Amino acid sequence: METKTKKYTYKDFASDQEIRWCPGCDDYVILRSVQKALADLEIPKEDVVFISGIGCSSRFPYYMDTYGMHGIHGRAPAIASGVKLANPDLSVWVITGDGDSLAIGGNHFIHVLRRNIDLNMILFNNRIYGLTKGQFSPTSFVGQKTKSSPYGNTQPPFHAGELAIGAQARFFARVAGNMPAEMAEIFTAAGRFEGTSLIEVLQNCVIFNDGCYAEYTDKSVRADKQLYVEHGKPMIFGKDRDKGLVLEGLRLRVVKLGENGVTPEDILVHDACEQDPTLHQMLIRLEDPLVTGIIRSYGDVTFEQREDALTRQVKSNSDFRKTDDLFFSGETYEVH
Amino acid sequence: MPKSNYAMIKTSPEARDIQSLEAVVVRFVGDSGDGMQLTGTQFTDTSAMFGNDVATFPNYPSEIRAPQGSLYGVSGYQVHIGSIEVSTPGDNVDLLVAMNPAGLKTNLYAVKPGHTIIADSDSFTKKNLEKAQYETNPLRDGSLENYRVIEVAMTSLTKEALKGVEGLDNKSITRSKNMFALGMVYWMYHRSPEHTIDFFRKKFRKQPHLIEANTKVLNAGYYYSETLELIPNSYSIAPAKMPSGTYRVIMGNTATAWGFLAAAEKSGRELFLGSYPITPASEILHELVKHKHFGVKTLQAEDEIAGISSAIGAAFAGDLAITTTSGPGLALKGEALGLALMLELPLVVVDVQRGGPSTGLPTKTEQSDLLQAMYGRNGDSPLIVIAASTPANCFHFAFEACRLALEHMTPVILMTDGYIANGSAPWKIESAASLPEIGNRILREAREDWQPYQRDPETLARSWVLPGTPGLEHRLGGLEKDNPTGNVSYVPGNHEEMTRIRSEKIRRVQHRIPDVVPEFASEGDLLVVGWGGTYGALHTAVKQMQQEGYGNIGLAHFNYINPLPGNTGEVLRAFKKILVCELNTGQFAKLLRINFSGLEPEQFNKVQGLPFGNDELMDKFKQLLS
Ligand code: SF4
Repeated sequence: METKTKKYTYKDFASDQEIRWCPGCDDYVILRSVQKALADLEIPKEDVVFISGIGCSSRFPYYMDTYGMHGIHGRAPAIASGVKLANPDLSVWVITGDGDSLAIGGNHFIHVLRRNIDLNMILFNNRIYGLTKGQFSPTSFVGQKTKSSPYGNTQPPFHAGELAIGAQARFFARVAGNMPAEMAEIFTAAGRFEGTSLIEVLQNCVIFNDGCYAEYTDKSVRADKQLYVEHGKPMIFGKDRDKGLVLEGLRLRVVKLGENGVTPEDILVHDACEQDPTLHQMLIRLEDPLVTGIIRSYGDVTFEQREDALTRQVKSNSDFRKTDDLFFSGETYEVH
Repeated sequence: MPKSNYAMIKTSPEARDIQSLEAVVVRFVGDSGDGMQLTGTQFTDTSAMFGNDVATFPNYPSEIRAPQGSLYGVSGYQVHIGSIEVSTPGDNVDLLVAMNPAGLKTNLYAVKPGHTIIADSDSFTKKNLEKAQYETNPLRDGSLENYRVIEVAMTSLTKEALKGVEGLDNKSITRSKNMFALGMVYWMYHRSPEHTIDFFRKKFRKQPHLIEANTKVLNAGYYYSETLELIPNSYSIAPAKMPSGTYRVIMGNTATAWGFLAAAEKSGRELFLGSYPITPASEILHELVKHKHFGVKTLQAEDEIAGISSAIGAAFAGDLAITTTSGPGLALKGEALGLALMLELPLVVVDVQRGGPSTGLPTKTEQSDLLQAMYGRNGDSPLIVIAASTPANCFHFAFEACRLALEHMTPVILMTDGYIANGSAPWKIESAASLPEIGNRILREAREDWQPYQRDPETLARSWVLPGTPGLEHRLGGLEKDNPTGNVSYVPGNHEEMTRIRSEKIRRVQHRIPDVVPEFASEGDLLVVGWGGTYGALHTAVKQMQQEGYGNIGLAHFNYINPLPGNTGEVLRAFKKILVCELNTGQFAKLLRINFSGLEPEQFNKVQGLPFGNDELMDKFKQLLS
């Protein structure tokens, strides 16, 4: 969509502000991946806007040498919608967390997805409240001990992806916070996607929830525990690339290539662009392996495109060009 | 009965006894389905075009589809027309047109003794009387003997008039009886039905049989009055003296919306409205959404917070951003308003006040959000508060709110209320050329030494740098800002300094707003003080006091609340007594006490969801003057 392009390196996107995240936090990796993706997208940086809510992740805009706004808790999608509608030429990014977008900002989260405004939303999901020092979040698991659940959390969690699909998300990706190359690739794809793209980053909080995704993201296990899907490719994973997914009735099942006569042709091929989200939903729910990558990327009309078409139509059918045309139209009368 | 021939209408029948009046108040009441709003609007427009001053107030039931004939399903429309200046829809009515018993029952209190009631006798059936909780028929039991009652079998006469018109079902026949009533009222007040017939021609362009039917019924009512000996005379109300120009009758909420359209055109910014529906503010959204031809962008958001948040985003990106609401919504917008104030972005928030607290009285008027507008946010968070005072000047103050927001880089709260928002009055149309210019603080070129919170030395407004401007990339946020870099700062002294700057910035707006001009007297024994939507009532009452010989009473009405006009203290102190009249328990009086030490204003407060009545005001004034 953008016609202007410019060559950058990731360094061009770093602001002069000292970064205040805890050492070892995945947020650093995400920041670098975003900067890398923006360099790849070649969008002039004056046309890039980052909007955030409140939480550890929401400090993000301060560290980007672009336009940015650190908003209020949960409202970033609404603020960003206003930015994009005011100036559709901007590349608008929302930075949010699990508390910010799934608890206090839940309403904006679902409605922005439903409208499909061309925004890119990165959800830092660390399954904990970091900035307020360690309470459970809407993605914390039942039994999780936190400052506000010393005997174990009693509230079952959301799957961000399931919620997003329920809200008509057209683009949903999931990626581990310790995989910078994959993150950059996904962010780039999200930046190119027209419509709201949601990327859930499984982000480790070293202070309050260290290791919360280790069973999937640790380098020693991730090849076997994560299935990184790519559009058009068979869903094969494993250290030896010998495992794959097949559809059996209404369930996804892991099969081993070569066992029981299973050949690569039997493995499901990922179709991210399919309009029907049923399979995407199943992939999102799968726990072993955990599916990462771009799970859904269904191109659809955006809100701005609909509004723009309507505006053109109304304009072409109307004689009103200036307010005077309206004010002096219809039932007016003269007083002498 | 005349044939359906428009030319047969004689607008000045000779054989009639015409009595001339200065002003008259007419109220049309009936079932929600009886078309009372349309009838009232037609009478208003016809009178305005004739040259009368007009003021109207609709009264809808709060239920969307109340049971037919029920007391709470009554819909009303009151219009005050005059050959003199008319500033309120009037307290008591000279003519009540009651289409059913429930309408009569709920509105009889307002009819001046000795004055006229026109009733559709066909609708006074046993069933309808029961629904209206009448034990006996008031048209028969003598309970209306203090009034001049004109019983008309409107339903049958309407059916009669429509005999032979093709393509009408029973329902549409009975539903057009409101036009019979309107025809009668036109005759009584010496008004030509032509405007309304024109209206039918436009409205039913594609259904010619409806043009014919409505015109027939209207004419039938008109001629029925003429030939009816029950109406002994008719009245004329000469045109009012108003400044010359082109006028139209406008509703307050429409005027507000149009003020924004004009401000957008004048400032060269695109208009963005982020809004969530709420009574009685929704009509501003309904109006603005129509105007896509001017490039107006509207977002009906998922909630009040998203309404203002999207507007903040739009303001950041360079639009003239508006959000509209009423009291409960303003409460929800509080946190985001604080953000806008911290970001120092231009934003206009309209609060069309209604009865509170909580859900309160959604369809009734009140002025009880004033302190919420002033202080309803965390932290020291001053912003501009202004208030419109008539349906027509909603246009001016909506425009003014935009001007102040854009020139001073701050959120502005514009207060109106259900009474002026739904009321209508003549508006002398303001063409774009006659409106003042609106400046802005946009900076388009990168400058070496630029800082986000650098300020104009005079107004203290920072510059507005829109995303898309190369070389000026910057970050804003709700955390305290370092002066002037805008970086996050926790330095104690900086916070105090920024707090003082934000407050001084609003204080300095006083240099850019007009003085308050007292009316009727600039010194004397009693100064009546009001703000916002009570202007019509206060003005009328003080004027009448003057006419009765009380020369020592003045009126100071405020549109600028924060900051107050520079001469406020001086104006107030020129009178021995001050009486602050408000539709709340004394919120503006509190503000005056805070701002002017030693000032001990008296208060006159009403919190019934109703506007001030003339008599109660004058009684209070007289009491204080005795
Ligand atoms: S508290 Fe957790 S999420 Fe927040 S910066 Fe520290 S490690 Fe990162």
